[in-house]
Amino acid sequence: MLESVLVANRGEIARRIFRACRALGVRTIAVYSEADADWPHAREADEAVLIGPAPARESYLNVDRVLDAARRTGARAIHPGYGFLSENWRFAKACEETGLVFVGPSWRIIQEMGDKVAARRQMLGAGVPIVPGSEGPVASLDEARRVAGEIGYPVMLKAAAGGGGIGMVKVADDGALPQAYAAAERRAQAAFGAAALFVERYLTEPRHVEVQVFGDAQGQVVHLHERECSIQRRHQKLVEESPAPRLSPGLKERLTAAAVTGARSVGYLNAGTMEFIVQGEEFYFLEMNTRLQVEHPVTEEVTGLDVVQAQLKVASGERLPWRQEEIVQRGAAMECRIYAEDPAKNFMPSPGTITRLSTPQGPGIRIESGVAEGCQVSVHYDPLLAKLVATGWTREEAIARMDAVLRAFVVEGPKTTIPFHLRVMASSAFREGRTHTQMVEQGAFNG
Amino acid sequence: MAEDVKAHITGVVFQITSKVGDSVAEGDPVIVLESMKMEIPVEAPRAGKVKEIKVAEGQTVQEGDTVAVLD
Repeated sequence: MLESVLVANRGEIARRIFRACRALGVRTIAVYSEADADWPHAREADEAVLIGPAPARESYLNVDRVLDAARRTGARAIHPGYGFLSENWRFAKACEETGLVFVGPSWRIIQEMGDKVAARRQMLGAGVPIVPGSEGPVASLDEARRVAGEIGYPVMLKAAAGGGGIGMVKVADDGALPQAYAAAERRAQAAFGAAALFVERYLTEPRHVEVQVFGDAQGQVVHLHERECSIQRRHQKLVEESPAPRLSPGLKERLTAAAVTGARSVGYLNAGTMEFIVQGEEFYFLEMNTRLQVEHPVTEEVTGLDVVQAQLKVASGERLPWRQEEIVQRGAAMECRIYAEDPAKNFMPSPGTITRLSTPQGPGIRIESGVAEGCQVSVHYDPLLAKLVATGWTREEAIARMDAVLRAFVVEGPKTTIPFHLRVMASSAFREGRTHTQMVEQGAFNG
Repeated sequence: MAEDVKAHITGVVFQITSKVGDSVAEGDPVIVLESMKMEIPVEAPRAGKVKEIKVAEGQTVQEGDTVAVLD
């Protein structure tokens, strides 16, 4: 096992990783910014190193300062958590070059899966379905029309250089294409300095379903089943659960098989997630996250496995502790992300001091919190305060437990997403398992 | 009559998207704040000319602070 691990992260995920380290007898090293000196993650590790001022690029995102902290403390490995440097291949490469174990895949895999065009091509080659569309940017309106005719309307025009939904134009039919094409080119040029466009099939009210995968250095790749993460705002997840409700056995089988095939095709190492969009009985590869995910606890709760401990074991060269046939889902688990945001104001950030915090306990309840009373929730970082995880023998029981813990969990100071989550738990769409990624924007859970 | 443009949330000034003398319409972004990994525009409350910008990029502003003045 690794002698020591430096966690290049903060908040709840740093604490989660420290817990796994302690269970395995691994020495823990925290890094923290000036804004986080009083935060729990900076106080709970065996050692803690101040790495810079509050802005992330001068602390948690600063490769040199993180590596320097590792050198000074004699760290054997670095766990990047999620966000920050976790999908920065240059950081993973720098770790490797300085003789540190990076808890994650090799930098080459991070680089390849981080390039969305390369990842799409790789998965297409491996036989994993991708959203039907042009293979690269289209050269002209005529080519766009030809591609759109092949894949069928409605289609989406997307800026080749873009991301985050900016510059996307939906086209209903052939007659609307010329005007839409000109508008999309204009927007792409204005936003990204390049007018090049992709054409893709437009998916109406799709679901987001992802598969947790895990590979070891001996070449074994397994999946830990799926998670449904359709309730999102601004392409960020708010509620996740496993198993995905109303997923037909055939579709589930094809999804998990495609996830393993895709991960195996790149020689995947350590924990990762294959994300898919699902419409009806069809699914398409979205992207691969080459890191631990925020929502890993729901998978842990239904499988009874510890994903983070397994990450540390595999990073130290051990074989995966489980065979595929041993990994089964039992019951149902769901997670609600408690963000310092005001759901009544379109999820605007709500920084401030935590004046009161009370975390309930009970059967089937797990709380991953990064905060304590007195913590100043600053504008510099992601607003995730805590994750509430509820597990039940049935999905109904998990929902009832989640509803209870949402009412009993007290966090005062910033506004939080708790009122939103209570409305989700009460909604018939959620209770029936009929959710899709466009629901929050459509106002389905407004009070 | 001059009118203050106030930050509606606490954040760090990410970008100043207008300059003194610019004419802006109601709802145009005057500056962009960054808070908790989101970029949030602070919009002109009415049409007018930018008379003064009171913040610099990288500066932290509190909710209610005046970030610019319109003429």
